[in-house]
Amino acid sequence: MNTSQVLSHATSPADAAPRPIVEVRSVTKTYAGGVEALSGITLDFPEGKLTTLLGPSGCGKTTLLKIIAGLIPASGGTVLVDGREVTGPGPERAFVFQDFALMPWASVIQNVAFGLEMRGVARSEREAIAERHIERVGLKGFELKFPHELSGGMRQRVGLARALAVDAKVVLMDEPFSAVDEQTRRKFQEELLDLVANERKTFIFVTHSIEEAVYVSDRIVLLSRRPSRVTSIIEPKVVRGDDPEKIRRDPGYLDVVASIWQQLKHYLD
Amino acid sequence: MATSHITHLSPKVQAGATWDLYELLTHALTLKLISFASVLLLWEYAGRIPLSPAFPTFLETLQGLTEIAMDGSLLKGFIITLKPLLIGLFISIIIGVGLGVIMALHKPSEWLIAPIFIIAQAAPLAALIPVLTFAYGIGLTAKIATVCIMAMPVIVLNTLGAVRNTPGSLLEMGRSFLATRAQIIRHVILPSASPLIFAGLRLGSAAAFIGVILAELLITPTGIGDIISYNQSVADYPKMYAAILSIIVFSVLFIELIEWVETFLFRPEKRI
Repeated sequence: MNTSQVLSHATSPADAAPRPIVEVRSVTKTYAGGVEALSGITLDFPEGKLTTLLGPSGCGKTTLLKIIAGLIPASGGTVLVDGREVTGPGPERAFVFQDFALMPWASVIQNVAFGLEMRGVARSEREAIAERHIERVGLKGFELKFPHELSGGMRQRVGLARALAVDAKVVLMDEPFSAVDEQTRRKFQEELLDLVANERKTFIFVTHSIEEAVYVSDRIVLLSRRPSRVTSIIEPKVVRGDDPEKIRRDPGYLDVVASIWQQLKHYLD
Repeated sequence: MATSHITHLSPKVQAGATWDLYELLTHALTLKLISFASVLLLWEYAGRIPLSPAFPTFLETLQGLTEIAMDGSLLKGFIITLKPLLIGLFISIIIGVGLGVIMALHKPSEWLIAPIFIIAQAAPLAALIPVLTFAYGIGLTAKIATVCIMAMPVIVLNTLGAVRNTPGSLLEMGRSFLATRAQIIRHVILPSASPLIFAGLRLGSAAAFIGVILAELLITPTGIGDIISYNQSVADYPKMYAAILSIIVFSVLFIELIEWVETFLFRPEKRI
């Protein structure tokens, strides 16, 4: 499958699928103690799309995401981002954490500007950039608040603004909405769709919620239980109109949800 | 909002008033004052029984305190006592926090150094004072050393635990946003560890006060230790207890000061 894609890309780039910006090649991960988390994952992530890693809990989807992020080393195989091999975190990738990972002693603006500060961007410049992204995620006026003064949803907005502020090509999101309440979650999902539509960024999204995956993704990668493999790749092709509630009742959307559920169900026993 | 509902249902306005009284009685400041006052009352009562002829009442002690404060001996004593205390505490903080951070970040040095401090924390170190006197004589050095052996273990071990306890996701966050090792230590680990490090500094300061008074009582009587032991020998118990009381009050204020410094310099989110 991969070879054919590469070939078509080489021969007729015009009608080819978007080029893969992240390429995962036979990646394996065995933890100390012999637990095999990933067994030979090969995957492409097309540029400008939102790809979701979906699978039963403990299936190694977060492990794969962190290997792509360069936060943990793979036991075998390689990951290429923009054609370069991953050996650690890099400026072309930004991470949104499940538990937000905000510094409690730092204000919203300091948290958002953290990545820029580490890159040596001057204070006035990084604060201007941070302010823009704080406004963009809807937190204008909260710049000087501290994380403990914000709700869970607002905290994750700070985490998102921090990832956007470093202007990475690839945004890696590890179950970003799992720690926020259902209403906030739905709002987030819609904002994420806006973001994917308006930013020229690639999103790699980890979730265990089938509905969420089908709602937000251009592509869904289904992973099996440990040791994890790719079982199938689904393109939901949900027609996104103006009314999100309509989509959630759309038969096409519900069919995809049901078929993924059929595939995942047998991992439960 | 809730009160308006209650008054609407029952015409007894009385309920609101008793609630206010309860609030006032359980207010933090009220309870602290009650706690404080009952200890002083108990002291006054014990002194009046009298518990022992060598145990003055609180009011007699206050009078003794006024006397040693007016004749200048209390201030002179404090200046002398503070010297080994502050030098010893300063050394303990610099070396203690430094060693704690190094051990937390570098396993082999933990294995090498931590056992010494674990033993030191468990051992009755006051028993080592004769050895310190033998090694350093009866001067300032022996007293500084006493302060150090009392204060340093808790500072070292708290710092070690504090740095070790940095949340893993914050460390990952630092790495993923391209912080160097040094930047992670400076911008993530140290601020995250500062509450526990400061808890260690407060405990260490309390231990340093114990250390300096022990040194002044056991090595050579100087400063506050001299006021205590001199007045004990001439049976002027109110003055003796006044000196003890003053060092306790000073120690409490000093530890409060450390807490204030922590909040002001390192925990901006707690100032709100």
